[in-house]
Formats: sequence, C-alpha cells, structure tokens
Amino acid sequence: MTVEREIVRTPILPQDLAANPVLSRWLTVHPGGTIDVRVGKVELGQGILTALAQIAAEELGVNLEQVRMPPANTVRGPNEGGTSGSMSIIHSGPAVRAVCAQVRAKFVAEAALRWGVDPAQVTVRQGVIRCDERTMSYGELAGVVDLDVPADPCGPLGGGDRPVLVGMSAARLDLPDKIAGRPRYIHDLDLPGQLSGRVLRPPSPGARLLRVDEGRLADLDVRLVRDGSFVGVVGADEAEAMRAVKVLRDATTWEESDSLPDEDDLSTFLRSGPHETIEVLIPEGPPPGGHTIQATYSRPFLAHGSMAPSCGIARWNDDGTLSVWSHSQGIHGLGAAIARALDIDVERIEVEHAENAGCYGHNGADDAAFDAVLLARDVPGRPVQVQWSRQDELAWSPLASAMSADVRAVVADSGSVVSWRYDVWSQGHTSRPGYLGVPGLLAGAYLERPLRYPAPADPPAASGAGTVRNGVPIYDFPDRGVTGHRLLETPIRTSAMRALGAYMNVFAIESFMDELALSAGADPLEYRLRHLGDARGRAVLETAARAAGWGTPAEEGVGLGIGFARYKDKGAYCAVVAEVEAESDIRLRRLTIAVDVGMVVNPDGVRNQIEGGATQAASWTLKERVRFDRRRITSDDWESYPILRFSEAPEVSVEIVEAPGVPSVGAGEAAQGPTAAAIANAVAAAIGVRVRDLPLTTDAVVAAIEASGD
Amino acid sequence: MTRAFELTVNGRQVRIETHPNTSLLHALRNELGLKGPRFGCGLGLCGACFVRMDGQVVASCDTPMWSAEGRTVVTVEGLEPGEGLHRVQQALLDEQAAQCGFCITGIAVNAATLLETNPDADEEAIVEALDRNLCRCGVQRRVVRAVLKARSGSACHVTPEDAG
Repeated sequence: MTVEREIVRTPILPQDLAANPVLSRWLTVHPGGTIDVRVGKVELGQGILTALAQIAAEELGVNLEQVRMPPANTVRGPNEGGTSGSMSIIHSGPAVRAVCAQVRAKFVAEAALRWGVDPAQVTVRQGVIRCDERTMSYGELAGVVDLDVPADPCGPLGGGDRPVLVGMSAARLDLPDKIAGRPRYIHDLDLPGQLSGRVLRPPSPGARLLRVDEGRLADLDVRLVRDGSFVGVVGADEAEAMRAVKVLRDATTWEESDSLPDEDDLSTFLRSGPHETIEVLIPEGPPPGGHTIQATYSRPFLAHGSMAPSCGIARWNDDGTLSVWSHSQGIHGLGAAIARALDIDVERIEVEHAENAGCYGHNGADDAAFDAVLLARDVPGRPVQVQWSRQDELAWSPLASAMSADVRAVVADSGSVVSWRYDVWSQGHTSRPGYLGVPGLLAGAYLERPLRYPAPADPPAASGAGTVRNGVPIYDFPDRGVTGHRLLETPIRTSAMRALGAYMNVFAIESFMDELALSAGADPLEYRLRHLGDARGRAVLETAARAAGWGTPAEEGVGLGIGFARYKDKGAYCAVVAEVEAESDIRLRRLTIAVDVGMVVNPDGVRNQIEGGATQAASWTLKERVRFDRRRITSDDWESYPILRFSEAPEVSVEIVEAPGVPSVGAGEAAQGPTAAAIANAVAAAIGVRVRDLPLTTDAVVAAIEASGD
Repeated sequence: MTRAFELTVNGRQVRIETHPNTSLLHALRNELGLKGPRFGCGLGLCGACFVRMDGQVVASCDTPMWSAEGRTVVTVEGLEPGEGLHRVQQALLDEQAAQCGFCITGIAVNAATLLETNPDADEEAIVEALDRNLCRCGVQRRVVRAVLKARSGSACHVTPEDAG
C-alpha cells in the first residue's frame, strides 16, 4: 500500500534573500539574453563568483556563458555583509539558488500562459524555454516578466533537479582576462579625469606631524593635502606623485616615540594584560591527579603580504554624493565607516567593489579607500586613485596577531587523555571597519580631530570567534577546559587573517597530540583515532593517511607528520600529512591532504583553495615573522619579510572525501592549522626534536636541537 | 624636466614623453595603456612587473626610462606575436594555474622567455627561473605543471574569442 503524502515545507527564505527579498535587486534579464546576477559577495581570487555563476546557471537552466556577474555595489546589489570566514558559499549559494529558481518559474509561467499550456509541461534547458515544438528565450520575455517583486517564501528554492553544472570543475570566469593581462584590477581602472594620489605614512605608529616645508614641492606638479598628521599629494601624473611623496618624506618633521613591545619576548607582552577572559569550556572542577604533560606554543605576528599593495579610488560628486571603488571584503561596512568618520549620511555614499590581488582577510583595502576619500576632498568632481607602496602594505596594513598557548593534559596508564586544559593569549582578531562602533580606518587616527580606536576585538562566537577559534579539540576527552585571554591594550593594529586564531590553536592542539602519542608510545594516527568518534573526521584522517603511505618506514632524515581539524567546529574537515626532509636545512617535500566540504560545487575550485591555503600556511609556518624594533615595523619588503618561493613550494595532492547530501561549506580556511601542525610533527619525526615556536626556520630547529642537548 | 624617449614595445616603435626617472612600468601602464605588467613592490623583488628587454627578463618597476631608451621591450600583451594567447599563457589557463592572477603575467613573461632560450628546460630549470617570481595564493606547483605542458607543446593555440 502506498500513502500519498504532501510534503510541507516551512515557508522560509534563505537568510540573505530574506534580507534582500526583491528579485530585481539580484537579477536582470537583458533583451539580448544576457542575465546579470548581482551578489553581495566579492571575488577575492578565491573563485567565488564562478561557483555562484554555476549555481545561477543551473537553476535558470541556461549555459554558464549566458550569466554575467557584475561587481558588487552598495546601491545596485543585495547587501550580503562581508566576504569572509569561508561563509560565501553557505550564505550566498542558497540565496542565488532560490532567486534563480523563482525567476525561472516566473518565465515558465509567462510562456505557459502565452501558449495556453500547463506550466508543468514547460521545460528550460540551455536557455531555451520549450513546450513540445514551441520555444522561447529569456530575452524575448525580458520586458514582460516583472521582477520588481519580493521572493515568495512558499515558492521554489531550487536545488531540486539533479545537478548538471554544480559538481563540475568550471573554469574560472575571470582568469582569461587576468592571464592575458587585460585591465581587470582596481589598479587598472582609468576613470574619466582620474588623478593619482599618494599618502605619506608617518615614520612610525603614533607619530605626530610638526612641520611641512612646502617649498620643497615647488618644482613638482602636485597638490599637497594635509589634515593634522595625515599628509599626501594629488597630481595628474602617477610617476610625479611618487617622486613628490619621496621629496615630502624629507620635507616633513615628526614627533615620534617608542611604543612597540619587545619583539623577542612577545609571550610576556601578550600575557601581561589587561585581558578579556573568554571562557569557552568551563570544567566542572580541577583536573584529576595523575601523570600530567604540558607544553607552550607560540606564533609571531604575520603579514597578509598580498602581491598587490592596496589601492582605492574616490570621487566627491557635484551633487554632494561620494563614489568609492574598493577591493574591500565588506563594501557596506566600508561605506558606513566612511560616513561615520566624516559625519555624512551613508545614503550619500556609493561603494563599488573592484577586484585586486588575493585577499586573505582584513588588509589595507579599506584604509586605502579612505585615503582616496580624504585626498579627493580637495579636488571635487575628480576621481583620485591612491596606490600604496609595498613598504606601506607590509608595515601599515593590519597584522595577524601573535599568539601564545599553554596545553596541559592528564593521561591514564594507557596514555589516553582523561583531562585537557587549554589557555591561549592573543590580541583581538578583528578591527574591520565599524568594529566596536568606531570607523577603524587607518588615516582616521592621524586627522586634525583624530578618531581614537580601541584594541582589536574578536568576532562573536556565532561567527566562529577569533582568539579561541578552533580552541576546542575535536577529540572525545572526558574533562575539558578552554579559555582565551584577549589583550585589551596594544599599540599594534591586528585584524582578521585567514583562519584567525584557528591556525595557532590547531597548531598547538595537534602538535600536543603528537607529543602525547609519543609519550604513550602510540602511533600518532592511531592515537588520534582512539580519541575520535566523529565518523566524517575519521574518514578524512584515514584517507589522508592512506594517500600519504602512512606507516611505511621513512628514509633516514625524513619524517611524516599529521595534522587534523574541523574548521570552526562545523565547517570543512581537513587532514594534512607533511613529508619533511631535515638534513642541512628543513625542506618540505610534500603535503597530502584529505578534505570533506560537504556537497562540492566546483571540485577544481576546492582543490585550488586547499592547495593554495596549505601552500600559504607552509610559508607562514616555515618562514614568516613580522619584525620590529621599539619604534617601527622593520620587515617592510620581500627581503626583510621573506615568503615561500617556487623552489620551496611543496608538492600538494588533495583527496576530496565525498559527502553528497550535506550542505556545502567553504574550503579557503580549512587547511592552515592542520598544515602547520603536520609540518611541525614531521620535523619532530625526522629529527626527534620538537619546535614549539613558529616559524620553523632552520635556525629555530638548530636552536631546538642545541636546547635539547643541554 | 620631461623629455622624449624612443623605444620598441611589442614590435611597435613608440615615443614617450616623460621624466627620465619615471619607471618603465609606469610608462607602459600609463602612457601606453599596457596594464599587463603590474605594480607589486617597486623594488624588483616580486616579478609582477616583468617584461622582456633586449631578450632579458627585467623588472620594469626598477628600470628607469633613461635606461630603456632605444631598447626592445616585450610585455605580456606582446608575448604571442599572432592572435590569441602564447602557449605558456594557454597552459596556465588550462591548468587553472592562478587564483588571484596578479603575479601570473610576470610569471608568463619569465617562463616564455626561458622556453625560448632553453626549449628543453626541465623542471629544475623552470623552478630556478621562476624563483624570481613571488606568488602569495600558493599556485606554484600548478604553474610548474603548466610550464612543463607548454614546453612539450600539449597546450593548444586558441583565438581571442575562445580565450573568453
């Protein structure tokens, strides 16, 4: 006997569509057939627009070539917040899916009406709306179907048919331009009447501008702009503006002071306080007695190091409005911050996203946009493009915070963990525009009427937290305590960089797991599996281990190490096996990675994000450390802040562990922590010495060997 | 302070009126509208601005116009004398060997020049040449695979329409 059941769905729209319900905000069908899909998420080099275009094409029943993804714009597109935290596919994916499913239904209904048939008889494939022999295109009905209506919560949400495009490795839509060298980046924009701007950053943080010898600029064809200690030039010729800012460096007198901590003792600085205490897991009582093992780990401050220095463009229009072009991760947040900083109505500001080189978090993009706004005030009606120097990019963009962590475990006779305590000290991981209710734009602190900024904050727990992101181990330990300590006073501006606190926390947890395994005389993989009930996690760990040939004896001087985590406790699972050769120096040969990101929209996109994330994390782990003296940051070019080179880049292979029915999660931040731990564990396996302070340079390893011999 | 400089860019004789200390990069981008060479560091340390000058790969950000006078310059836009993409660019596209793509034109100029002078360049030679180029997104190994493919000639030639 079969029972017919009506499937009832709660009438609810995806979150980003509920916030921007009008369909025409998202989508325009042009009479020529091209379909513009506007999203609030932005292309940062991660390929998100290609993945969302795939979803749109799928739901509309059109070919990928028919879909165009215009840049995000605060006036013309939906507000989907920022593009960060590996949330784009989670938030924007379902919204785009529902918008396109509803638009398709409206076009089908219109065609059915004209043909006098039941809409159920109408199909849409490859852009052709069809019923028997009759056909129609989206373009033909462009002016007829009204999209100025809100999405229907009871209407289709998409995802119903068997995916055709989703799950396929579509080539990135933006790469042909970028590889050919066609103008595409914000640096390449050349708006009518555009001028070039350069800002002279102070010689050190907190410095005050006392005097400008303007006469020195007399021979240069630029205009000087000054507001307090904010000083810059604007001119028609970019090269002339660059010369002028060099002259300006010598033509200014500043008052400076030593404000930075001791770079060689960051742990003391981070632990000195005052702190906000973040209780993540409060244990029921003190740890039980027994064999106790403990260790302390650290990482230094890191720089984003995007290949392109930040850039911003602004124009004050004759009608009193302000137009801004920026490679910001959050154009709405940037607009609101500018409005607040200058006390103008946010409705008068339009911010459009323009692509730039890879963005790995809150870098100098918003600051450069605000620089452009300040310089452009002096030349109303003319767009001013501000280009940062490499030195400013490395020294003045927000940094990723240094961190220090203590781990302590009580183990049973079997070696298994019976109690776990974790304490981590860090600066906050966000000072994005608008954080803690302040604009948070760099130049604001140097204006005649300066804007004061509090110490960096942390994102809320619901957004994955910051200092304590991934601070809770995934393992089934019976007694656990996890506490974060966020520093509340600091002269160093830090903010979000890929994975935030997760990179350090996973490095510490997974390094310590190996130390515990060693102490228990257990194999590190077996030791992890012993404590891990999560089936998807086990599958990912086992897949990576199998692919890497775990368990086969390594050559002399070569070590394998494993690292594993589930990003933000609810995102992608990722296990990394590193193979390190440690002879005269440390050489990372290979990373073998397994990942489970739920349903895969674009497999090659996932692979590229994981490969890239792991390779970048290898660079952080093996080489990177922001250097400073007591007054200024001294690592301000690629010689003083070296990053991974071609000859140092490991072979990376990625196994995707399928989870077809499970919603997609982002891939861009899953590999960083596991990679760091895998490398550290591989070094320990190769030479028998544990390095607990990043970066794992050859010098650090030699120092650890010497210390272990004492 | 400005004066005229004559040089050959992508096979074309050009005359650029500028200050002698203006970098070749800024002259190419701003006077000739060639946006393929990119500003990455201004110090000749990252390779994003690489062009070929008299057959050698040079950092155009670090090359003042007074030293570029009379020289023959090829930018990424001129790598392929015919229509479409150079085989190195095509291989990079086929391998999706880019994320943000900012470093990739400098890499293409460097790799194409290597294959011209050393058509049998092996992996070691490719890595050694590309050690002058930085990439922050972490696509180094994809790039090496792509250049190896371009060397063996498996990347096909396409028209500009195909290239999107």
